[in-house]
Amino acid sequence: MTLNRRAFIGTGIATAAALNAPMVMGQAKPRVVVIGGGAGGATAARYIAKDSKGAVEVTLVEANPIYTTCFFSNLYIGGFREFESLQHGYDKMAATGVTVINDLATGVDRAAKTVTLAGGAVLPYDRLVLSPGIDFRDGSVPGWSVDAHAEIMPHAYKAGPQTQLLKAQIEAMPQGGTFAMIAPPNPYRCPPGPYERISMVAWLLSQKNPTAKILIVDPKEKFSKQGLFEDGWSRHYPGMVERVGPDFGGDKVEVRPDTMEVVIDGSAQKVDVCNVIPGQMAGKIAQIAGVTDEKGWAPVLPDSMKSKMDENVFVLGDSSAQGDMPKSGFSANSQAKVAAMAIRGELTGSKVFPAKYSNTCWSLLAADDGVKVGASYEPTPEKIASTSSFISQNGEDAGLRKQTYEESIGWYEGITADIFG
Amino acid sequence: MLKRIILALAMAGGPLSAAELIGDADKGEIVFRKCSGCHEVGVSARNRIGPELNRIFGRRAAAEKDGFFYSKGLARMGADGLDWEFKTLDAYLENPKALVTGTRMNFSGLKDPQDRADVLAYLRQFSDMPQNIPESSPTARAREVELPPEVLALVGDPEYGEYLANECQTCHQVDGSNDGIPAIIGWPAEDFVIAMHAYKQKIRPHPVMQMMAGRLTEEEIAALAAYFNGLE
Ligand SMILES: Cc1cc2nc3c(=O)[nH]c(=O)nc-3n(C[C@H](O)[C@H](O)[C@H](O)COP(=O)(O)OP(=O)(O)OC[C@H]3O[C@@H](n4cnc5c(N)ncnc54)[C@H](O)[C@@H]3O)c2cc1C
Repeated sequence: MTLNRRAFIGTGIATAAALNAPMVMGQAKPRVVVIGGGAGGATAARYIAKDSKGAVEVTLVEANPIYTTCFFSNLYIGGFREFESLQHGYDKMAATGVTVINDLATGVDRAAKTVTLAGGAVLPYDRLVLSPGIDFRDGSVPGWSVDAHAEIMPHAYKAGPQTQLLKAQIEAMPQGGTFAMIAPPNPYRCPPGPYERISMVAWLLSQKNPTAKILIVDPKEKFSKQGLFEDGWSRHYPGMVERVGPDFGGDKVEVRPDTMEVVIDGSAQKVDVCNVIPGQMAGKIAQIAGVTDEKGWAPVLPDSMKSKMDENVFVLGDSSAQGDMPKSGFSANSQAKVAAMAIRGELTGSKVFPAKYSNTCWSLLAADDGVKVGASYEPTPEKIASTSSFISQNGEDAGLRKQTYEESIGWYEGITADIFG
Repeated sequence: MLKRIILALAMAGGPLSAAELIGDADKGEIVFRKCSGCHEVGVSARNRIGPELNRIFGRRAAAEKDGFFYSKGLARMGADGLDWEFKTLDAYLENPKALVTGTRMNFSGLKDPQDRADVLAYLRQFSDMPQNIPESSPTARAREVELPPEVLALVGDPEYGEYLANECQTCHQVDGSNDGIPAIIGWPAEDFVIAMHAYKQKIRPHPVMQMMAGRLTEEEIAALAAYFNGLE
């Protein structure tokens, strides 16, 4: 939490490189400000600082001193992870040369190229990276708003106290009670996320409350890894999970937090826990910065993640509208590396290689029953386009499923080390 | 005992037996002396330093336990779906550590393709029917990881490799830990190149790796090898 200039090793290289950088001549060091220390932002900050070896001054602005990963938060609900294992601090960032400021960014002046923080500080930048994740669209589920009702009907779609609250509510359900989920409309973060959550809630209930029921109210006709999830639910939790899709009114839902009711196409039903995952849009600061479109997401150039609206701004992760990549931590991390390379290239003249992106999402269906889906991507003139993909198959043997789960644990260790150092 | 097996084979399959299509089983028996310090094959074969090799064709890697402790690396490949058939055994014998990272088979490999073909022809006699049908999957002779010398000789650009490696490091940790996902730092460059081409050609089974390697060019694989080889 300090703004003091750090002493860098390798200043010689830095100066030489800076001479090749026409856009920032006459200034000691080019400055990059990153807003959002999650999967995209922390990766970008670390990679720019690490690879420029001190030639670029990198400041990371993050509202929370501790980041709780959404990834694996469903496994915490299922009882497969401790809550603390999802938490990561920023103490290793400084060693890479990143200055971390623990504050909320409240304003972006793109003409003056400055960021304003809630604490009053004004940070000038040469390049701005926005990776603020998502915000919720109020009104997308009638009867529910994040400020008024998240304590009664949690979203648990930004990990932290919300996730703990949801788990506590499920554990306190009466025997034979009903857990309801209002699933989100497209596009939203982590396409398999709600359904992995269903699997983990079902796992928890099958241990502690085996006569309980799960009701999914879904506005979407189809969802990610549907065949794999449905097969897993019928094998592990027969008769427990019911899904109401749009053909039966899943898109005409309303909730009544005061009476714990879910109203589907006019008919009300009492439930014991209601997990509302509302419609989503780019993190508020992206809206404030004015780099979002009418749909609420920030369009970017496919080969660099640079905003289509401002050549000095890059938008990563969930907030960006880039094409085919799902909104995932893996995607945000992958995009951050491409953007970091592009930004270094512009500021220090370092080599810029062609962009490559990839994503894999693992999900756990039950103990030792893991599945995955993934794809690789390349920029085309219009969008980031998928070039090849794979998905787990129904009927795979138990050994492979167990290994897929173990692999996901390895991935979690790998990506969190890559994001936070 | 061996005589009886050969006799049975001759009766059933005639002169064009599968074993002959693979290589020369008699020469293979001599080559097998390099293996017999650790492996047994035949009627009374038992697991010793290495597992016994009866019915190795068509067997899932690390599948037949009987008290044998396979390395984590081999068990992982088995769970990924690695089946022992001609092309996979051939790749394994050529360079065990290139096909199965972390295998305990402490053997530098048979570099001569004919030696491998011969010893596999010999081993093939101890595997199940239908060994006499040349097209049957365990013996069908498919393309191996054939890397022309110029591909192996490519000298990669470590700077490009460093950029490409960013993508690997989402899952593989730079500190070399290998829980659930193997470590990849410090590999001899040639083993690395062969392994990546084996994924690219879908001989190694893992779908994520087949996808990642599938889009890498020969130069890019060389660049990655150069970079990882330099990491400690
Ligand atoms: C239940 C669930 C399961 C998931 N599982 C997986 C999975 O298995 N694999 C996977 O790859 N992905 C998964 N995801 C998705 C993944 O969490 C997100 O896609 C990823 O975190 C997006 O990264 P990001 O950088 O865009 O945003 P985030 O990681 O959300 O980071 C945004 C950060 O910005 C900060 N911030 C926002 N606004 C400001 C501001 N104005 N000032 C200062 N700081 C600000 C926030 O505090 C936050 O720390 C899951 C998501 C959920 C909800």
